[in-house]
Amino acid sequence: MALCFAKSRNIVHRISKLGTLGLLRSSPSLPASSARDFKNPIHGALCICSARRFQSTDTKQFLDFPGGKVPFTPEMRFISESAEERIPCYRVLDDNSQLIMHGNFGQVSPEVAVKIYTDMVTLQIMDKIFYEAQRQGRISFYLTTIGEEAINIASAAALTIDDLVVPQYREPGVLLWRGFSLQEFADQCFSNKSDGCKGRQMPIHYGSREHNYFTVASTIGSQLPHAVGAAYSMKMDGKDACAVTYFGDGGSSEGDFHAALNFAAVMEAPVIFICRNNGWAISTPTSDQFRSDGIVVRGRAYGVRSIRVDGNDALAMYGAVRAAREMAISEHRPILIEALTYRVGHHSTSDDSTKYRPIDEIEWWRKARDPVTRFGKWIQSNGWWNGETELELRSRVRNQILNAVQKAEKVDKPSVSELFTDVYDVLPSNLCEQDELLRRTIKRHPQDYPKDVPL
Amino acid sequence: MAAKLRSYGRGLAPLLWRRGLSNASSSTMIQQQQQQQSGKSMNLYSAINQALHIVLETDPRAYVFGEDVSFGGVFRCTTGLVDRFGKNRVFNTPLCEQGIVGFGIGLAAMGNRAIAEIQFADYIYPAFDQIVNEAAKFRYRSGNQFNCGGLTIRAPYGAVEHGGHYHSQSPEAFFCHVPGIKVVIPRSPREAKGLLLSCIRDPNPVVFFEPKLLYRKAVEEVPEDDYMLPLSEAEVIREGSDITLVGWGAQLSIMEQACIDAEKDGISCELIDLKTLIPWDKETVETSVRKTGRLLISHEAPVTGGFGAEISASIVERCFLRLEAPVARVCGLDTPFPLVFEPFYVPNKNKILDAIKSTVNY
Ligand SMILES: Cc1ncc(C[n+]2csc(CCOP(=O)(O)OP(=O)(O)O)c2C)c(N)n1
Ligand SMILES: [Mg+2]
Repeated sequence: MALCFAKSRNIVHRISKLGTLGLLRSSPSLPASSARDFKNPIHGALCICSARRFQSTDTKQFLDFPGGKVPFTPEMRFISESAEERIPCYRVLDDNSQLIMHGNFGQVSPEVAVKIYTDMVTLQIMDKIFYEAQRQGRISFYLTTIGEEAINIASAAALTIDDLVVPQYREPGVLLWRGFSLQEFADQCFSNKSDGCKGRQMPIHYGSREHNYFTVASTIGSQLPHAVGAAYSMKMDGKDACAVTYFGDGGSSEGDFHAALNFAAVMEAPVIFICRNNGWAISTPTSDQFRSDGIVVRGRAYGVRSIRVDGNDALAMYGAVRAAREMAISEHRPILIEALTYRVGHHSTSDDSTKYRPIDEIEWWRKARDPVTRFGKWIQSNGWWNGETELELRSRVRNQILNAVQKAEKVDKPSVSELFTDVYDVLPSNLCEQDELLRRTIKRHPQDYPKDVPL
Repeated sequence: MAAKLRSYGRGLAPLLWRRGLSNASSSTMIQQQQQQQSGKSMNLYSAINQALHIVLETDPRAYVFGEDVSFGGVFRCTTGLVDRFGKNRVFNTPLCEQGIVGFGIGLAAMGNRAIAEIQFADYIYPAFDQIVNEAAKFRYRSGNQFNCGGLTIRAPYGAVEHGGHYHSQSPEAFFCHVPGIKVVIPRSPREAKGLLLSCIRDPNPVVFFEPKLLYRKAVEEVPEDDYMLPLSEAEVIREGSDITLVGWGAQLSIMEQACIDAEKDGISCELIDLKTLIPWDKETVETSVRKTGRLLISHEAPVTGGFGAEISASIVERCFLRLEAPVARVCGLDTPFPLVFEPFYVPNKNKILDAIKSTVNY
């Protein structure tokens, strides 16, 4: 910092009058941001003198400070806690599914548009059937993505398979887009031996190396710094790809969110942060979560480029994520996207959201702002889709999912040995011992253990 | 299942009562008799809720906060509190555990009772630094000029049959390694209310783990009045002469079933509820082991580095010559908590029963 001060001509002038130039010049080896400088009483004196001088002469003076020139001002002005207007929300399709004139968005081909739509519909039907399966006691837990289909599918559509996905838990649509099969979804929810994660986690905790999708953890926010580290690696390896991580409005309160944004900016990591601001974190409304203008404004505080998008407009999501990806990779920078949306379903099957929010509110978002209907109308108006294809799609997908569920239900659970594997790369002696002991116990008391878990 | 556990709840009450008659001092006996008479049948979350009502009612400087606390909490423990005491004293926090505990420390340091809820014990780790480096050392590092003794952290812990990695953990041992905080775990509704009131009013920061399996399932008579149960006092909840069993929280009901089965085989088990894990009541355990000559400890957390290891080491130090068999530990396995393998992972009744038999027949 001493050097920075020395570089500013005005300040050098002041300093020479104070007779400290020699001191500053003689210490060029001080680290640029040495904390000692802040404590240097000479600098304190300098500030006061400078202020006095500015008063009488020129107000257009700058402080050369790490990060660039900082203008001085004689005006004592606190930065307002909020801007006059809220940050606008980018959208391409209006409520009537009409393209907004003069809007800029990356063109989407009919094939991609139709796949976006069919995957959104598939996600909706899957949610409906799995949710029912939970209600019938066939799976222990479920959590829907209803209302957030566009964020899921359209963001996935804007990425390539080389882009690493680091999810929260309400983004199964990204996996669906990447070709994770309905059977694979069902196998995970039924914790059977075909589940790639070996039945160890609750339903909806998907993960797939093949699909470049880190395994979901229930812990909120913890995935965000992982995405930054992974993105840094991708940059170092010169990959034409980025990391993409998803989180909720609630997740933005965790310390990990702040760590991740700051790290991403400082490490110049090609990572896209996609916040699904769906208004609720279980029963907690965003007014109890933060008092900023949502999440998007946090970007600037960390030096991260950011945009707010209508999360229920698939075209806007697609365009924004495409542009973000381009910037992230070619400019080595993180991008923050805040998608405004609504959690139309209950938080999970453990929740009844009518206890804490008005049914009218839910219904309005479900009916008037459904992202799937909005996008469907648009592709129909383009002549890419019609009532017939719609009917065919819905009955085909329904059958596929029902079949997948029936099949998943009949498959055995993973074998007991999988209880001990993967804790480490190989079994340490304590686990070998416990494995043996457990097998003897099972032999003595077979009635204590489920029949569908092979030994 | 619900019915089964409810019957446990009822089943345990007479046992507690028997203990009251046989071992308690006469004053607690009278107290317990009165409690028994004025009690109302309720489950564990209602008992917690009642304790929180009492604290907010009796202490104007008490606050209750945490994620989703306003609408009653995901386990309903804070139901009705906002309506009764207002949103300045009972409130939602942002989703940030380190914030919740750090805020609670500051609030407590200003002479308040800060009652913080961590939604699941599995999510207490983001607050680990605030608990271990801040709350636990606040008094010591300031030469007792400052303290955050008014802080109580409540967190539901333990297996629930479908919780997987992140809704099942029993992290108590981590906190037992931290001088400066207390760790308390109740076994039943009546215990939960009396112990929670003690924790909140104790002049030290306390981590209070609630057995979430029992929130609805354990039902027993709970006195409606304001009563406190002592911390750092274990309780012999079943007397016996052949072996001592030590446990806490939800595990006690499993251990008790094992004791009943062992009795059919002519083995007389003494069962101790430790209640406070630190600072723990070594004397009660030692006295019992001196009588029985054998010790078995059971907890859901992984066996390695679990609090059972500490109990075992202490009792071996104190009772080495009196022990007739190695101390047995029947605990969770050294793996993350697994979803489909939960029945294999947990220290169930027959695992305990086998260990009782092999220890007695050593
Ligand atoms: C560290 C941590 N704390 C608390 C929880 C409990 N919990 C699960 S989901 C959730 C709300 C998350 O809200 P948000 O991030 O907005 O995501 P949404 O569910 O709305 O998609 C909470 C508090 C958790 N899973 N992890
Ligand atoms: Mg949310």
